[in-house]
This record gives sequence, C-alpha cells and structure tokens, in this order.
Amino acid sequence: MNTIQLTIQAVTPGPDPSIVDLALAPAPWKPKPGQFVMLRPANFGQELTWGRPFSIYRCDEAGLRVVFQVIGRGTERLAALRPGDAVTVWGPLGRGFQTKPETPTLFLAGGIGLAAFGLFAEEPFRLPHAQLLFGHRLPLTAYPIYHEMAQRIPCEAMRQTSSADIEAFSEELSRRIKALGPEGLVLCCGPTPMLRAVARLCLEHGVPGQVSLENRMGCGVGVCLGCVATTASGERVQTCVHGPVFDVRALTWD
Amino acid sequence: MDTTVHLPGLTLKNPIIPASGTFGYGLEFARYGDLRRLGAICVKGLSLKPREGNPMPRIAETPCGMLNSIGLQNVGVDVFLQKKLPFLPPEVPIIANLYAQSPEEFAELAGILGAKERIAALEVNVSCPNVRLGGVQFGQDPEALHTVTRAVVAAAQGKPVIVKLSPNVTDITAMARAAEAAGATMLSLINTLTGMAVDIRTRAPRLATGTGGLSGPAIKPVALRMVHAVCRAVSIPVIGMGGIVSAEDVLEFILVGASAVQVGTASFMRPDRVFSLVDEVQALAEDLGISAWEEFRGTLKETPR
Repeated sequence: MNTIQLTIQAVTPGPDPSIVDLALAPAPWKPKPGQFVMLRPANFGQELTWGRPFSIYRCDEAGLRVVFQVIGRGTERLAALRPGDAVTVWGPLGRGFQTKPETPTLFLAGGIGLAAFGLFAEEPFRLPHAQLLFGHRLPLTAYPIYHEMAQRIPCEAMRQTSSADIEAFSEELSRRIKALGPEGLVLCCGPTPMLRAVARLCLEHGVPGQVSLENRMGCGVGVCLGCVATTASGERVQTCVHGPVFDVRALTWD
Repeated sequence: MDTTVHLPGLTLKNPIIPASGTFGYGLEFARYGDLRRLGAICVKGLSLKPREGNPMPRIAETPCGMLNSIGLQNVGVDVFLQKKLPFLPPEVPIIANLYAQSPEEFAELAGILGAKERIAALEVNVSCPNVRLGGVQFGQDPEALHTVTRAVVAAAQGKPVIVKLSPNVTDITAMARAAEAAGATMLSLINTLTGMAVDIRTRAPRLATGTGGLSGPAIKPVALRMVHAVCRAVSIPVIGMGGIVSAEDVLEFILVGASAVQVGTASFMRPDRVFSLVDEVQALAEDLGISAWEEFRGTLKETPR
C-alpha cells in the first residue's frame, strides 16, 4: 500500500551541519510539487510518537530526497541515520501547488522552505516563466540545494541577519508581488511570519497566491486533527490533507 | 487459530479495533490497508451537530506518547450518516462513538444511530477530558454515569452499548459497576489520562487548553492495571485499550481479561499499524499454542514466576 520501507542511501550534512540532505532509496511514487512525505526511522523506537513531515525535494529513479533543518529530537535522530538504516515512509501526502505553464510564477522561499520548490527544477514540473526569491538567515553556502536549483530556475537570494535586513526583504517581497500583478501567481513556503506577510501582500495587491503551511502534524493522514487551519469561512480543516498548500483567499489570517 | 471474538450482539473476526478519534471515519485509512480485515472500526466521536473543536495548538508530543486536546471536532451525525457510513465496506462492523452534553441528547443520538442497520454497536464517550460540558463530567460520577448509560441503552434499539470509561477517577471499578448496573452491554477502557506539557522558554503551556489527554505507550501500565481491576469487578465483557502498539501488548490485555482491544495512538506512529497487528497477533497467539481466545483470556496467575 502507501506505507513503505526505504533504506537510507546517504545522509549529507551541509557546510552548516544543521541543514541535512537525506537520500533514500527510490519510492514508486509520482509526487507533485508541494506534496510531502512522513518519515519514521527505526531509531524513533517507541519514544517518538509521530513520524515527521517533509517536503519532497526530489523523487525519481535515483531516489527520494528530503532536505531539512535540525530543530528538535525528531530531526536530530533523522540526522543521526546512516546508510542502510531503515525508514518507514508514507506518502505522497497532501495537496501541492496548483500551477499553469503560461503563468508568470514567483516562488518565495524562506529558509529550509526552499526544499518545497525542488520538484519545480525537474520535468514535468518546470515552469517557463518562473523565478525564485530566497530569503535566508544562515549564509547562502549553508543551502547546497539553492545552487542545485539555481541551475534550472532563475534564482535570487537575500540574507537576513538584522531587523534592517528583514525590513528590506519585506519591501522586496512587496515590490515583487505588486509588480507581478493579478495575471501572475505567487507560491510561498517558509516560516509562518513570512507566509502571513506574503498572504497579506497577495490579498492587498490582488495577486493569486498559494502558501504551504508549517503546522505541526501528528499523523499526516487527516485523522489526529492536530494540524488544523482555519478557513475564511471559519471551518477547521486538516493541513495534512486539505493542504499543506492553500490558496491565500481560502484561509483566515487573523 | 480461530481469532473470532464473540461479544454480546457483536462478532469480531479478530480482537483488533481501531480506537475512536485515531482512525477518522475509517475511509482515511483505505489506502493504507484492507478495512475489511479489522475486527471492527470505532469511528471518531459523533455529536448531534458538527463541532469545530478546541483552538490550536491541540497536540504535543511527549516521551512515548502524546497529549491531545482536540475537543471532539467532528462532522456531526447527519454528515457521517450521509457521506461517510455508506462508503465503509459492509464486511466490517462499525461502532459509533457518541458524544453529547445531556442524557437527553445522548438518547437522541443513540436513537438515530441505533436505528441504522450498518451500525453494529454504540460506544458512549463519557470520558473525554477536553470538553467543558459532557464528556468526563458524566464519567466521574457514578450516578451521572448510570443516568447517561440508562438513557443510551433505552434508546439504542437493541444495539450493544459500550461505555468508555475514564481513568481520571479515584476508583474506576466503581464507575464500571455503575455502568454495568445501568445496563451497559460492554465496557471499554481506558480513555486518555489528563496531563500537561509546558515550555520553559515561552513560559506557556504547549496546548491552548492548558491540559490534554495523554495517550501512547507511556500509559500502558496504567491501562493494564485498570483493565485487570475492572475485569474482576464486572461480569460484562471489557475492551481494553491504552498504549497498545504491538502484538505482545494485545495479548497482555487479553491475559488480564480483555475480550478485545482498541488500538489508538499506534495509528499515528504509522498509518498501517492496525492492519499489520491483525496478522502479528494471530501469529503470536499461535506461537504461544493458543487455539481459541477463551483458553487464554483472563488466565493471569496470581504471583510472578
């Protein structure tokens, strides 16, 4: 069925060891950009209850790749895996980005949210009129996938290490979204404050936008009801099955 | 072995039942296993009207378990009957879990669900720690529990009534006896244990409601102790639950007297877990030389060996 066992092919920490590139054996799936997988390595034992959700950076005959930042006990254990270790994987999960080839599309990535755009660098998902703007806190060299993606997608990066940088990035986001206009499309994946800011700008300037939410998940399959987002009509829906990608107009941003 | 479990008015192919609140309405798991292979399916707690549940955050991972304070978010009984129930495979018994805020509401809900041919049994949720009204307020007072149980039994159209007990009481056997005296067909236990998680950096609780219900392997010893005690206190069948993640766990609950089990948080650990447990439990029972559950159930010795 859709729960499979994959072995680790490589665990590659970046120049900053908190960013880890995890390569698993190939999965028999055809995921869409913005979809995710749940990973549960054997070393979680009984101590860690939930699998961990990650955007699919790459999924092809070479293998399944996810890229993550070590932020807690789950990602610490994932980073400690070695080639040959077993991981239970379920997916591909959720609704991804909805795009059209002819639409000028702006990818807005914040930090490790960059990985959610990985599949757009591959066929059949490459978009002829797409650009990516990457906001990051660590040095750009900490994100080897940025350089990988930049070979296939026009990419620009802005680093934020001070509140003045954040202000400048916000202004750049505003300028870009406004310039894109209602015929374009904004896709965003990053930390929640960035998602909010981008959603607000899209709504303000009448630009279609989609954001990938970062809500904490338990099961990943729609039943624990721990990851719900509130829709514009006040309904609570599971981010894992109704999202993680939502149209900015579909959610309430209060 | 023949894994069949014969309960009053309810026959299960095997003792494995996904627990309410951890298996959605069943359909969510159709892509992870064959629903027809399960002993039964206990669906998410249903109320007369849809409920949006509690504010976020509602879940927190804790060592060997988790806290939740979902607050019984559900689509309501009407949507369940129209859009969920008809799509569940007819080969698997469906247990409807009921939540209401008064005995009258419980009776109304029991009447609606009990009248449906596809509903095999009713499970009465008098043990949810995460709602202000109803829930555990009926499950912590023997008289209130008696009243609610009687109301559901009277309205259930002859369907078996399972009363789901809370561990958040001084003496769970007193509650078990009250439910039995009120006509409960069976008992299920334990619901979650009330707990808390806090963040020393933000100095805030990790759940919006402050407290929540603890589940997962962390609670299994408590659950086992309570199932053991209740099985000795009543003569109606008991469905055991609380932290079951393995075939060994299932057999432990049967050893202390449970007739069947519910498996909850294990489905969050991986979504195909209940399906693989069906096979693993049979294999383990056969390894132990068990040919029917009645040879093994409740045969716990008095002293360690």
